[in-house]
Amino acid sequence: MGPGRRMKKQGPPQSLEQLNISVKRKASERSKPGGESNAKRRKADTSNGVPTMKPENSPKHTKASRPSKPTAKPMPLHETSEDDDADDADGDDYMVEQLADLDDGDIADDSASEQEGEDDDLEAANSRSDDSVFDSDLEEADPARFSEDDDESDAEEKLTAANMEGLSRKLDQKQALADAQAQEELEDAAMQTNIVAGADGDGDQATMQGLAPDLQLLRTRITDTLRVLGDFAKLADKSKSRAEYTSLLLSDICTYYGYTPYLAEKLLSLFNPLEAFAFFEANESPRPVVLRTNTLRTNRRTLAQALINRGVVLEPVGKWSKVGLQVFESAVPLGATPEYLAGHYIIQAASSFLPVMALAPQPNERILDMAAAPGGKTTHISALMRNTGTIFANDSNRQRAKGLIGNIHRLGCKNTIVSNLDAKEAFPKILGGFDRVLLDAPCSGTGVIGKDASVKTSKTERDFLALPHMQKQLLLAAIDSTDHASKSGGYIVYATCSVTVEENEGVVQYALRKRPNVRIVDTGLGTFGSEGFKKYMNKRFDDRMNMARRYFPHRENVDGFFVCKLKKIGPSPSGAQTVNGVADASRLTPNPDKLSNGTQETSPVTPIDDDFGGFDSEEDKIYIAHAERKRLKKKGVNPKMARDHRSAIMGKDRTRSA
Amino acid sequence: MRALTDVETQTLFSKLANYTGRSLNQLIAPTMSNGETDEDRYVFRLHESRVYYVRLSLANLATSIARENLLSLGTCLGKFTKTGKFRLHITALDVIAPHARYKIWVKPNGEMPFLYGGNIVKAHVGRWSEDCPEHQGVVVLGMDDTPLGFGVTARSTAEARKMDPTGIVTFRQGDVGEYLRDEDTLFVT
Repeated sequence: MGPGRRMKKQGPPQSLEQLNISVKRKASERSKPGGESNAKRRKADTSNGVPTMKPENSPKHTKASRPSKPTAKPMPLHETSEDDDADDADGDDYMVEQLADLDDGDIADDSASEQEGEDDDLEAANSRSDDSVFDSDLEEADPARFSEDDDESDAEEKLTAANMEGLSRKLDQKQALADAQAQEELEDAAMQTNIVAGADGDGDQATMQGLAPDLQLLRTRITDTLRVLGDFAKLADKSKSRAEYTSLLLSDICTYYGYTPYLAEKLLSLFNPLEAFAFFEANESPRPVVLRTNTLRTNRRTLAQALINRGVVLEPVGKWSKVGLQVFESAVPLGATPEYLAGHYIIQAASSFLPVMALAPQPNERILDMAAAPGGKTTHISALMRNTGTIFANDSNRQRAKGLIGNIHRLGCKNTIVSNLDAKEAFPKILGGFDRVLLDAPCSGTGVIGKDASVKTSKTERDFLALPHMQKQLLLAAIDSTDHASKSGGYIVYATCSVTVEENEGVVQYALRKRPNVRIVDTGLGTFGSEGFKKYMNKRFDDRMNMARRYFPHRENVDGFFVCKLKKIGPSPSGAQTVNGVADASRLTPNPDKLSNGTQETSPVTPIDDDFGGFDSEEDKIYIAHAERKRLKKKGVNPKMARDHRSAIMGKDRTRSA
Repeated sequence: MRALTDVETQTLFSKLANYTGRSLNQLIAPTMSNGETDEDRYVFRLHESRVYYVRLSLANLATSIARENLLSLGTCLGKFTKTGKFRLHITALDVIAPHARYKIWVKPNGEMPFLYGGNIVKAHVGRWSEDCPEHQGVVVLGMDDTPLGFGVTARSTAEARKMDPTGIVTFRQGDVGEYLRDEDTLFVT
């Protein structure tokens, strides 16, 4: 009865089991320290949050608190069911350890496997006390706080996946090591091993044309290539260059995951090959479902209790947020519970909390959200301001604005003005002088491939030129709309859900160049996340770019994200404020060494020319004429006739203007 | 965006008073706590036939946005129909719930039927305000005091006592389920 019942009741841990069964046993035993420390960390996390979060889980929990630690076991793999127990318990540890200290008495009711765990109890207690040496600060210093859930496939199983922090990496290392040894032996025996790999590749190419590629084979080859690239000097076939290996890896990844070669190369170049692989893997699985408590209506403890009563399994999302709840499984649709409809929470990706936390809005400020829909961040800002001050929530898409208005009303935000404007032209023309501006720019979405796989194929080179262009315009508009003289603010937060450098550091760097009166400041997100790139390929970015934060699905288990906080430090010219707070260009006292006044305030958006280079109007004329001919042909008009007609008109115009 | 005319004001206030009773005064002219200025006063503004209940400072700022680009400000109370009647939207719940004169609490098993747009049957009532007359506006709450919607009573409290459990005691007029059901029509015309 033991294993069966356990499997039924404990949804989330299964993936760990499966994983542990499907992979090498020895690997699983090695991974335990990682998992354990993770569980510890979780415990620390939750202790300040909602300690009595799931009372109805306590029977589960008792099992969890029966700690049979494989680390302590002399012989960890004598039989399958035993192994299951161990893994299971470990998974549970992670999930419900927050309650571990509450009810040791309840352990008695799970007597079935009590005896076998008896001696383990003791040892586990020891190991646990050992663990307490890892104090939370130490853990926090480690940026990769969440799992690299490579093998998970289900949103509900995030929990266990998170538990496997380190596990998969260790597995990989272990496997790589074992493979490497095997490979070395092979190479000793026959020097020509890699020829086989090459032939293998050709065969694969052939099959690709007609049939679906053999994914298992591809995967093996990817891991092989990764291993070689990891230690190129030793493992590589001398006859092949690193570039060959890299291009092989690239094409394999394109086939295996279904990316366009252009995008795959772009993403591959962000990381070292091994990490890139982890990134691609992480993109295949969805991120955890996360709720944000609406502090205007309720608090996290009350909400968690209410949802638990409805059969939702959840826990605080992490130490970095006081309002987030991570959902593991739910018996009811989360988007239609009475609590949801009453505005007690909003379903929002964990990464979406970050820009608002970086923005750190203060009560009674005037804040602009330039691309607000669907309103997760806007309502978060409103909650942080306790409904004081003013929030301008703008979105250029009228359809999406509907959801924005709905969320604003549902969550009870009273301080918002919703507008439907093109942010890059409207601000600061119609209104400026904001204390803080949040720009969550429209982007290619390379950070949210797990959510929307169409990004893999739909983004072309053109998008990666057009999007940064728009983002630059938006960021300049955001900077110009900010009031540098604001007592409490003067901050701009730039965020995208993309991981590419062009859309992130590149855009910020451009803004820094165009607006010397801003500088990068600390995001205030602490150590959570990785640092922004100071250099990337042949590009060198601002010295303070490391203050920006990057988030990756494989490192933090949140959507890929970029957050950068800027402060406008422009000198406050005396009496430059007009009625609505826009700096009046004509009255600015120029400060030549800091500000080039010409680019500074004369127009809200200066024309962007440097990245696109100069325009060759002669050359353009040909293209324009060609396009025009095409257009007319499509309409069924003879272009020649039309041209004659038009030139006649234009001639008339010319005479008129003359 | 403009302030309401006298006729509109009267229509709106009589509608609101149906739910709030005398507390309507609190909505219209709340007493200033110290530190609040005239700018913090709440006003009613009409924009594209919708009425918004909004802080004055906010309304003033919103004037900088052109009419066709302004979609919403503050809290939407409802809209004037073409015939000049006022229809209260569920978004107004936030405004009227704290000032409600009569309330009705539904049990957890009655929450979902109500949120799906049903009227409230007697069996689902947890408790209700006493001496409520017939056809009186009431605010519907869950047993944990979260506002779920509003409606009008079908019977006075005294008569409703004699009804059988399946009898309807309150007709639904608005419920928070509309945020999902009517998302397309509720916020923008």
